[in-house]
Amino acid sequence: MIQLSATHILYLVEAARWTVLLSLIAFAGGALVGLPLALMRVSRSKLLRGLASVYIQIVQGTPLLIVLFLSYFGLGILGYKLDPLVAAGISFTIYAAAFLGEIWRGCIEAVPKTQWEASDCLGLNPVQQYAYVILPQAVRIATPPTVGFMVQIVKNTSLASVIGFVELARAGQIVNNSTFEPFAIFAVVGAIYFAICYPLSVVGRYLERKANAGR
Amino acid sequence: MPEGEAVVRVRDVIKEFGPLRVLDGVGFEVTRGQTVAIVGRSGSGKSTLLRCVAGLETIQGGSIEVCGHPVGRPGSAARAQLRRDVGMVFQSYNLFPHLTVERNITLALTLVKKQSRDDARKRAAEVLGLVGLTDKLGAYPEQLSGGQQQRVAIARSLALQPQVMLFDEVTSALDPELTAEVLGVMEDLARRGMTMITVTHEMGFARRVADLVVFMHKGKVWEIGPTAELFANPRTAEFRQFVGSEL
Repeated sequence: MIQLSATHILYLVEAARWTVLLSLIAFAGGALVGLPLALMRVSRSKLLRGLASVYIQIVQGTPLLIVLFLSYFGLGILGYKLDPLVAAGISFTIYAAAFLGEIWRGCIEAVPKTQWEASDCLGLNPVQQYAYVILPQAVRIATPPTVGFMVQIVKNTSLASVIGFVELARAGQIVNNSTFEPFAIFAVVGAIYFAICYPLSVVGRYLERKANAGR
Repeated sequence: MPEGEAVVRVRDVIKEFGPLRVLDGVGFEVTRGQTVAIVGRSGSGKSTLLRCVAGLETIQGGSIEVCGHPVGRPGSAARAQLRRDVGMVFQSYNLFPHLTVERNITLALTLVKKQSRDDARKRAAEVLGLVGLTDKLGAYPEQLSGGQQQRVAIARSLALQPQVMLFDEVTSALDPELTAEVLGVMEDLARRGMTMITVTHEMGFARRVADLVVFMHKGKVWEIGPTAELFANPRTAEFRQFVGSEL
């Protein structure tokens, strides 16, 4: 049996970079698709509302694991053999967009209706109302739940190991297979996850305070 | 538009919320420079009437014209014209909480009136002077008292130079002292010749400032007439009772 060494720890830290990268992709992709989804959900058009709602219902009702299987093995059978990182990136984007879309819809709707009325009476058109009055207030409301969801994403990236993506959790397993010191190894893995997630919460709290500073 | 001509024409307006008829054939006219007080009990339809004039509610029947233009649908040219002609002040102030007092006022000036940031700032200082709050330019709404917030809301509306100002129970959320400072600003406006329609519970203000009083009851204009005359000789039992209970 091999002893747990600094090399192993280094290996874990390097794998953690993939965890961070996948988290960033998930968040960026999720935000890029999630914001239009949120706006569709609060739009006046029944069709847009319906489409966004169907998407969100389906994705929220499907385990992330299944989305991963579909985009890696499913597309593979169809001849689109994707790199595990690409497949995982797509899956996490699909997943994060549905949840962020729904979180942000709630935040947009939480801005009082009277803010719409007041800005309407001043002559602002709907785009101006969104850009200058509604969204800035929605962002303030959205900060805590968005940060909370990002922390969830970081932890959920461990699921990507099932399609052969070697991120932090998978790397922990690999090290464990050779050293068989699960308690030590997974404690280190847990500590690294914490080291990624804790700063997120701190930044979240800072943003929240900053947003409220002017009030 | 010459003095004496109707600036606001409301004719046979019907407004329904589902099966509930809130306005049942309401009509009245406001001439330039007039101050009109709409009074009545809660649920009489007076706020709804004002919101219809502001284009915030769609009506099911009748017509509303402001400065010769129909109120129109959202997004129409008529609605854009209405927004230029009418200023609205709400009971809950509805300032934008994430913006300073100055930016609350300059926002529409720069976005809608396409003024330069500098011109808009000058205008903001000017209208804040009218409501006595020049020193609050950089403050956020939350740092102001209710009365101050309401005066900023009035200034924000005034900055756009509307032809008609609508006031929807603007002092109902304020204690008596703050009510007085807001009413003072409104009296001042009336003296300067602003055409105003105010929905109000302040009978003292209505008696002192309004040229015309509209008494609403059960979704109808129950009584209408010059203020002194109407209060001296209530024609209906409902208005007599209302005046008696308010004093």
